[in-house]
Amino acid sequence: MTSEQKLQAYYFLKLNRALEERLLSFYKQNKVVGGLYRSLGQEAISIGSAMALQPQDWVAPLIRNVGAFLVRGYRPRDLFTQYMAKATSPTCGRDCNTHFGDIQRGVVAPISMLGAMIPVMVGVGWGSRMQGVDRVGLTYIGDGGTSTGDFHEGLNLASVWKAPMVLIAEHNQFAYSTPTSKQMAITDLVDRAKAYAIPAEIVDGNDVLAVFAATGRALEHARSGQGPYFLECKTMRMRGHAEHDDARYVPAELLEQWRGKDPIERFTRQLLDEFGFAPEQLSEQDERVKVLIEEDAEFADNSPYPDGSGALGGVFAS
Amino acid sequence: MITMLEAIRQAMRDELAADDKVVLIGQDIAEFGGAFKVTQGLVDEFGSERVVDTPISESAMIGAAIGAAMVGLKPVVEMQFIDFLACGYNQLVNFAGKMRYRWGQGASLVVRGPCGAGVSGSAFHSQSPESSYLCVPGIKVIYPSTAEDAYGLLRSAIQDPDPVLFLEHKFLYRRIKGEIGSKPIPLGQAATRRRGHGLTVVTYGAAVHTALEVAEQFGDQVEVLDLRCLLPLDEAAVFESVRRTNKVVLYHEAQKTLGMGAELSARISESLFEYLDGPVTRVAAPDSPIPFSPNLEKAWLPGSEQLAQACRQLLNY
Ligand SMILES: Cc1ncc(C[n+]2csc(CCOP(=O)(O)OP(=O)(O)O)c2C)c(N)n1
Repeated sequence: MTSEQKLQAYYFLKLNRALEERLLSFYKQNKVVGGLYRSLGQEAISIGSAMALQPQDWVAPLIRNVGAFLVRGYRPRDLFTQYMAKATSPTCGRDCNTHFGDIQRGVVAPISMLGAMIPVMVGVGWGSRMQGVDRVGLTYIGDGGTSTGDFHEGLNLASVWKAPMVLIAEHNQFAYSTPTSKQMAITDLVDRAKAYAIPAEIVDGNDVLAVFAATGRALEHARSGQGPYFLECKTMRMRGHAEHDDARYVPAELLEQWRGKDPIERFTRQLLDEFGFAPEQLSEQDERVKVLIEEDAEFADNSPYPDGSGALGGVFAS
Repeated sequence: MITMLEAIRQAMRDELAADDKVVLIGQDIAEFGGAFKVTQGLVDEFGSERVVDTPISESAMIGAAIGAAMVGLKPVVEMQFIDFLACGYNQLVNFAGKMRYRWGQGASLVVRGPCGAGVSGSAFHSQSPESSYLCVPGIKVIYPSTAEDAYGLLRSAIQDPDPVLFLEHKFLYRRIKGEIGSKPIPLGQAATRRRGHGLTVVTYGAAVHTALEVAEQFGDQVEVLDLRCLLPLDEAAVFESVRRTNKVVLYHEAQKTLGMGAELSARISESLFEYLDGPVTRVAAPDSPIPFSPNLEKAWLPGSEQLAQACRQLLNY
């Protein structure tokens, strides 16, 4: 990363976290419709990876990839209004939370069914190459999601077709209440990729620079025609599955241990101590974050709910 | 005169030639030409970049087709047997079918393949799955009965901006022949196959041919209306016919419970109550898996005798 990119990464990390903190207060005020899913402690994965994309690449973020939306140019208000079911949301209230996208921005809206985005992004990469377009499709999956049929079908097809696709698995130790040990008989997700002859790396998911660099390698590989690439980002889900879940099934020591590895604290220390940024440079970014969050939170809060007229229509083009 | 199978191939050939965004995706469809040889020869004409073999991964095939459609291709996905679409149900129904409504992005793709019973295909190679895809939003469903329709409707399906399920009754593949046109046939238009004034048999797919056979026995009494497309549905044509004949038999090979006939029955009762001179009648398959042995399968199939019996009863009502 260049110095400029480092500052940018810092800004996005802080924006991601502040956005979710603001969402949490909306949630506590009962202004969030439905559950609130956090990426606390995992922000470096979405941001490091999305920043490594080229403008022409496409990404399909999942529920914990708020950061990828931000890097792709969406504003906090888009997430706020989505979570609050407002008329001003990108889907005009038709779908929830991170279920939005726009191919003009290279963002594919996810569906809830875990694993489903993998074959779709294989098709995005493959279909682009078929038309001579340089474009890699990137998507994410949780450790639990790697047990789905679509994960395996998708990776196999990607490998057979040598599709320019990158899959980032966020190994955050739990799938709702299920620890990885009950999810699979292996400990490293990269072993899954080996079965499909897909090159795979284990990455420290709490290190934004490492994620950025590894994603860069992965994209390079995919772009060069050698086929898909798999990254396993080791990390920890620091909250419950969603905010309703107190996650008492997670051992306290485990959380304690990971609290010391917070990706934002760590990157901040690096910026100051290793890369020689001045504290004012960072507080300048913090101020930008604060202003934007406040402005967008107000926008969302003041936005109307859709009236019923938008409920129907638009199933087909005509 | 060409077979329905050749008509389907010709539709794909013409679309591949007309639009370089069209690609075929399926199992054993390239050099091998497909399990039924529907795509035979197309790989030689259009190359393995556009006629693409896949692993046995129905979900990934449809998912990849959706992704490819989003970047501008027009994929036509062959299910070796339409029964296997059950393994790709999620991608078709939850991804493709709902995307335009949810976020404004459509996917122009066709899923096609052989369906239907009558060839001892047993429980997993004989089904008529249309109901499963009509009871969820977002998927157009086409079920042609003639070579001409198979050609014209498939061309329209491939050009359509939304997901289309194209059902090909395997019993008809090589058994019926016809002249084909050179143009797409618009979706959503039923066709009157025979005029009559005593009752209307509303049907589609292979059942159209059974209905025509049966109608013969009743002189000018039985009208046969071929739906051709189940969604978009030509409700107006159904209503127009029933308003004239005042009696209707809804006839299809798919299961009776919650089938197309159930839906039409409800719509007719809701809208044409005063026009009816007899009970809305259904002839359709029982709520039971499709058996293997020919005699058992024959007993399972809602055939000509059952239909004739229903027509007789209703005409005499
Ligand atoms: C196919 C499917 N089955 C079940 C669910 C319900 N579900 C939503 S999130 C979740 C846990 C996901 O765990 P993981 O993939 O590890 O991701 P994480 O939540 O840890 O980020 C489950 C079971 C789903 N969304 N999709």
